[in-house]
Amino acid sequence: MDNPVGPALQLRIPEPARGHRPADPVPYISAAGEMRKPDLDEKVERIALMRKQLVRVLDDEGHAVGPWAPALDADQLRQGLRDMMTVRSFDARLLRAHRQGKISFYMQCLGEEAIACAQRRALRADDMHFPTYRQQGLLIAGGHPIVTMMNQVLSNEHDPLKGRQLPVMYSSKEHGFFSISGNLATQYVQAVGWAMASALRGDTRIASAWIGEGASAESDFHAALVFASTYQAPVILNIVNNQWAISTPEDFARGASATFADRGYGFSIPALRVDGNDYLAVYAASQWAAERARSNLGPTLLEWVTLRVGAHSTSDDPSVYRPDDEADRFPLGDPIERLRRHLTVIGAWDDERQAALQTEVDALIADAFAEADSHGSVKSGHTSSPATMFDDVYATLPRHLVEQRDRMEG
Amino acid sequence: MPAMTMIEAIRDAHAIAMERDDTVVVFGEDVEAGIVGVAVGMAAYGLRPCVEIQFADYVYPAYDQIVSEAARLRHRSAGDFTAPLTIRMPTGGGIFGGQTHSQSPEALFTHVAGLKTVVVSNPYDAKGLLLAAIEDDDPVIFLEPKRVYNGPFDGHHDRPIVPWSQHPLGEVPAGHYTIPLGQARVHRSGDDLTVLTYGTLVHVAQAAADESGIDAEIIDLRTLVPLDVDTIVASVRRTGRCLVVHEATLTSGFGAELSATVQERAFHHLEAPVTRVCGWDTPYPHAHEWSYFPGPDRVARAMREVMSA
Ligand SMILES: Cc1ncc(C[n+]2csc(CCOP(=O)(O)OP(=O)(O)O)c2C)c(N)n1
Repeated sequence: MDNPVGPALQLRIPEPARGHRPADPVPYISAAGEMRKPDLDEKVERIALMRKQLVRVLDDEGHAVGPWAPALDADQLRQGLRDMMTVRSFDARLLRAHRQGKISFYMQCLGEEAIACAQRRALRADDMHFPTYRQQGLLIAGGHPIVTMMNQVLSNEHDPLKGRQLPVMYSSKEHGFFSISGNLATQYVQAVGWAMASALRGDTRIASAWIGEGASAESDFHAALVFASTYQAPVILNIVNNQWAISTPEDFARGASATFADRGYGFSIPALRVDGNDYLAVYAASQWAAERARSNLGPTLLEWVTLRVGAHSTSDDPSVYRPDDEADRFPLGDPIERLRRHLTVIGAWDDERQAALQTEVDALIADAFAEADSHGSVKSGHTSSPATMFDDVYATLPRHLVEQRDRMEG
Repeated sequence: MPAMTMIEAIRDAHAIAMERDDTVVVFGEDVEAGIVGVAVGMAAYGLRPCVEIQFADYVYPAYDQIVSEAARLRHRSAGDFTAPLTIRMPTGGGIFGGQTHSQSPEALFTHVAGLKTVVVSNPYDAKGLLLAAIEDDDPVIFLEPKRVYNGPFDGHHDRPIVPWSQHPLGEVPAGHYTIPLGQARVHRSGDDLTVLTYGTLVHVAQAAADESGIDAEIIDLRTLVPLDVDTIVASVRRTGRCLVVHEATLTSGFGAELSATVQERAFHHLEAPVTRVCGWDTPYPHAHEWSYFPGPDRVARAMREVMSA
């Protein structure tokens, strides 16, 4: 069409992932130790550029370098390694249970273990996390009973959620873990509300909001930033950028911004981009954000750069949309291997201890699974009674549900 | 005629619609409020967007755009702007999807003036109705029960599903055709009672009729708004009995509307109360979905009750 006042307008349409388009190389990889560590109350404009850099502590040889290196002793580091290995072994066992036909569905966090595990240890036990389905590390590093988690995944008679929720949609107020919703992004703004309530009541507990980079395109994400910024809520705003939202590469949700940490800038929320596969960097950045929140300095946005190494879920087949060697080419390595190298370099670890720990963790998981499995599963028909579906719809069972329950049973 | 699954029939309808009319645009990227808001804007420009919500359970962030905007744009601008868009969503349970991959929210749309609502039960209808929806000048909510994507699922979850290739409604003509919105289809003729239903439950009702030996007339409503009142009333006047079946929760479900319509228009012909078989008024439970789903046994039991009333 002829346009007398300028060229025909054009729309940029992002390319679909299909066809094995490799993810764009991860941009802005700072060297370990390169970035300064600002004061907690540093003016937001003075740290604005950190959203386009990468906080890293562990270098390629396994040394912890620079001002972000947290003061963790060898026991704490070994604990971190154990947490991550437990999560990985837990995931592997439950994936196997899916292949064995014992569970209906599963989601692993392979390659992303450091983020939830380290942040859980950097925060206090009574802080409240508003997680997605990929933060099982929060529960495991927080000492939640593993058998109970497995009972939930099996939807068996001992499932604390009585078979109501999909596998992995845990809930534990006691462990600072908000009930997971299948509806993406809803929890993000709720975390801000929880933090606002804590501040309103003069409490000392903070909230931590979790979201995947893909889900950050949802409106609730943006609403969360408005409220966090306006009320200076004591909340940590985590974005886990694992490069993929099912089959959609991360740049779809990111749009023309350079990073997801950029999202903080327009709200004057201090934002850091952090190596999510570096246990020490995750710990330090989480601690920094938590201290800011606890000192009434407001929210902090943390973009964790990592890689979803496995499939999105057991319903997904990544071989149709991404190259097989993506994990090998990912520049930030594997979080467990990197922490193990660090422990070795500081003389606190060796191959023998590694092998012993692996055996110990695998045995722990195997025993837990054997126990959970002995209570049956949804597939074997060992669930809570169907009549329990009528409970908890309301605080007390109204008459029409009593009638429906009777009808179902009669 | 080629045999198609419902998925293939829907894909075919998309391709044909885009080929015939270059104002048709198809998209959907799991950002619901954004998808529908953008679609309303495109429609206001003059395009015909056909967008997809990954699961109906995820439509709620877009509800404001659907209810306050798409549904009322024509009315509030006195026809100056319109929103001829189609919003597709998979509905229904039976895939162990738990409370966030199982819902049937049709009543949330039928209650809104300005929206048309379609629920499909088979590949032939899916293609013809989707093309009609895209070509319609009003916003259409197009609901696709996922249990019938691959075959006429009849509620017997412990049996293998018959593929659409072995079912007459899996035969889908090539090329363009439409099924007018607002026309029900008599799925099975019968004299004993009328079953008003749609989506997956059409096939469940058929199994219940076959297994109970009750000669039910099963009406697949296909479009809930506008509703084919004539077909409904003619059938109920003849059989004198009416059972309403849907998977969505009972209270304020579309069954209530059907039941009211029947008693208003066929009261003197009724020999038994209009009865409803629906999902229980609870969230869709993951482990107990087959206790929740109104399967052929529950439907057959209700048929017998209506017959003996
Ligand atoms: C409101 C809503 N829309 C769509 C979905 C379907 N869905 C589930 S996970 C997912 C991808 C999320 O990707 P991302 O946020 O990057 O997190 P990741 O899975 O990579 O951890 C989608 C689209 C959903 N659960 N909720």
